[in-house]
Amino acid sequence: MDSRESFESQTMTEPNPEPQARAQRQGPAISVSGATPSPPAKKSRDVGNVQLKDLNAYYGKTHAVRGVSLDFDADRVTAIIGPSGCGKSTMVRCINRMHEEISGASASGEVTLDGLDLYDNAIDVVAVRRAVGMVFQKPNPFPTMSVIDNVTAGLRLTGASRGELEDRGREALVGAGLWDEVKDRLKGPGAGLSGGQQQRLCIARALAVEPEVLLMDEPCSALDPVATLKIEELIGELKQRVTIVIVTHNMQQAARVADTTVFMLNGDLVEIGATDKIFTNPNDERTEQYVTGKFG
Amino acid sequence: MEAGALGNPVLRARRNRIDRIGDPLLRGLSGLAAALAVVVIVAIAYEVIHLAWPAITKFGIGFLTTNDWNPVTERFGAAPFIYGTAVTSAIALLFAAPLSIAISIYLTELAPSRVRRPVATLVDMLAAIPSVILGLWGILVLGPFMHDTIQPALKSTLGFLPIFSGDPSAFSYLTAALILTIMTTPIITSVTREVFETVPGELKEGAYALGATRWEMVRQVVLPYSRAGIVGATILGLGRAIGEAIAVAQVIGGATGINVSLFHTGSTMAAQIAAQFQGAPGALQKPSLAYLGVILLVFAVIVNVVARLIVQRGSLKDVDVTPTEAEAL
Amino acid sequence: MSSGDPGHALLLDRGNLKRRNRVNRLVEVSSTIATLLAVAVLLIVVGSVISKGIGALSIHFLTTPMGLFGDTSGGISNAIVGTGIIVGIAALMAIPVGLLVAIFTTEFASPRIGHPIRFVLDLLNGVPTIITGIFVYGLMVAGNKQSGIAGSVALAIIMLPIVARTAQEVLTLVPGTLKEAAYALGVARWRTLLRVTLPTAAGGLLTGALLAVARVAGETAPLILVCSIFGQGVLTEPNEALASIPVFIFQSSESPSPEAHTQAWAAALILIAFVLVLNVVARAFYARSRKRMGA
Repeated sequence: MDSRESFESQTMTEPNPEPQARAQRQGPAISVSGATPSPPAKKSRDVGNVQLKDLNAYYGKTHAVRGVSLDFDADRVTAIIGPSGCGKSTMVRCINRMHEEISGASASGEVTLDGLDLYDNAIDVVAVRRAVGMVFQKPNPFPTMSVIDNVTAGLRLTGASRGELEDRGREALVGAGLWDEVKDRLKGPGAGLSGGQQQRLCIARALAVEPEVLLMDEPCSALDPVATLKIEELIGELKQRVTIVIVTHNMQQAARVADTTVFMLNGDLVEIGATDKIFTNPNDERTEQYVTGKFG
Repeated sequence: MEAGALGNPVLRARRNRIDRIGDPLLRGLSGLAAALAVVVIVAIAYEVIHLAWPAITKFGIGFLTTNDWNPVTERFGAAPFIYGTAVTSAIALLFAAPLSIAISIYLTELAPSRVRRPVATLVDMLAAIPSVILGLWGILVLGPFMHDTIQPALKSTLGFLPIFSGDPSAFSYLTAALILTIMTTPIITSVTREVFETVPGELKEGAYALGATRWEMVRQVVLPYSRAGIVGATILGLGRAIGEAIAVAQVIGGATGINVSLFHTGSTMAAQIAAQFQGAPGALQKPSLAYLGVILLVFAVIVNVVARLIVQRGSLKDVDVTPTEAEAL
Repeated sequence: MSSGDPGHALLLDRGNLKRRNRVNRLVEVSSTIATLLAVAVLLIVVGSVISKGIGALSIHFLTTPMGLFGDTSGGISNAIVGTGIIVGIAALMAIPVGLLVAIFTTEFASPRIGHPIRFVLDLLNGVPTIITGIFVYGLMVAGNKQSGIAGSVALAIIMLPIVARTAQEVLTLVPGTLKEAAYALGVARWRTLLRVTLPTAAGGLLTGALLAVARVAGETAPLILVCSIFGQGVLTEPNEALASIPVFIFQSSESPSPEAHTQAWAAALILIAFVLVLNVVARAFYARSRKRMGA
């Protein structure tokens, strides 16, 4: 069975040189109230397309991800759903090469970003993680740093100037919908915010380095419903700037935020399709059983 | 049989006498033991002050700044030994602290998992070597090496500095400082390693996910998080260094006097006591040595208390600062 | 594959990546070197002891007491016996008391009392051993004479916080569910301690005891002050000053004679072997006891 279904073929236009691409992505100011602004009248982003080709991932001998091939389209939010242990987190961690940080873990296959194989020997894993950001399940702001230092933590690694740090830090906080809430306590401790704020801080921190892709590993599972809602709204706004991949065990969440949904089971990619279709009329019987709650 | 609890023979049975006195007896005995510990430390302070009393009354607080140690004229002062203690301990920490941090980084972040345990054990074993054996090695191996190789090299390259002036000598402040480095490094490493291991994995992941190199992650996450613990560990090492009597006595030469050159012989408070207490003649020499002991005890207590305070106030997680051998396991 | 596009973000050296990697490499190499250095020093010291001491090690050395002052034809039999007696008595004093202190702080004391006791134990642990020597000197030797038992008292004081601390740790590791099960059956506290807690914690307690013994077997400073001038032959009366291995090593190391030095190395070999073996055995017990408690 051909498990690789390309949902929407994306025409590869000429990749723009980087500075222009960045300017394009800054786009219109995000309104903090949460209402999704109308999409700007520009062609869709031509960077940020991720492709997995026959990705296999192992923890020692355990085969956690089995030959997965799929595309993540830019400008879209793709949700990965599936029961616990199906390999969704593992697969996503292979995209920013965090998987290999685990002792004994390994991966094979191809993970390409705009055609470039991220596992190529010529590419530094540090550069990969700049281009592919990640937000974790449990908010993890650095407790020894202030709010603003947290946001600029990634930027400071590449030696940005003071003014640049302030500006880009502010932009990132605005982009994460957090600016109004913290602008008076930028120097306060990063861990002193509420759970939802901390998570948005982590999102701002990830955004500050201007990645092309943002991976979110169950970002709301440790948060209350109000905070969850805020972040889901945020995702809707962010998808024009970054390709978003969100792992979630909450199917309603996937239905709310995602354009494309991927269903995984036991390390296999079972089905991928438009979110509506997956939840109302899936092709595969296993998908149908999962989304109707028969297991998982 | 009556209904109700009072009719129940099990509940009504009284515990036999042994059981009844057992608990209070144990409580009493163990409380006594705990009280004994408190009594001992108070007794130590008392006894040392008591022994030092003749010298304390004779020399007063000026003892600390008097640079003299003459058993013949019975003029004694602590200055040369406070100096020696300060210099040897400072140099030891100067080497030991960065070394320990580097070793801890290796053991927690770099070592392949199979290598980690054995190497950590080996480093801990360094702390198990009795100080008299290190002193023996210092006299017969390290000292000559200092005299023949290291000190001449330092002298020829940096000899313009007053600390490297003078003739090379096997017995010297420098040799003693190096021995102390060997003794304190495993202690600082053991506590620092423990502190590093409390850093939550998710913080480290957060740094990596931002595109940090391993050193950058350590710099941004591990070190700031562990700051209090590292300082506490170093101060604990300091306590060990200032209190070491035997190994230092063996290699420092025993000269009394303040000398700027690190190649020179000298003495520390603890070493002086070890070297001269046994059979010190004269009415004032033993008390003066005991007076040195009082100063040393005060320093040691302050260091201990400060180390605890720093770790408790500053740490983000509960860290046990006292490196008992079990923690080193 | 993107047609060799030079502008792709990943291939751009986004801000000094080369330099960052170089710094990272430097740190990694330095840390590895530091560790190798520490291990090397250990191997060098132990190697020196072995290579220089093994020559003088003989049955004669182990079974003959020391010669008169300056006479290096003897051995260290009296020192071995002396250390055995002094450390043995010290252990008999310190281990029960240390255990009781630990029982007090873990079973009976409220945190308000327990906290200061732990503090006192830490203080005791931080007292330089030479000071303990002065203390025992004043207590037992001044106006009296040196003795093995004075040495034992000093060593016991040094052992106490070590035994108490490790016992505390081990006792708190005993799963509360075990004790609750006993209490629920109506068993008295002390019986629970004796029959349930202590047996469960036995491995760890043994470890603490062994480590404390290993620690003081090599302790020289207090012995110099209270038990360093002793008579000829193999003495066994604790009320008299006894020979001991650490003091022997210290005195021989200070002697100018090379024969004395060789004897010092040989005695050091015995001492270091004893200490290291005890450490290894203690670790083995600790690992086993942790497994039993499901830690």
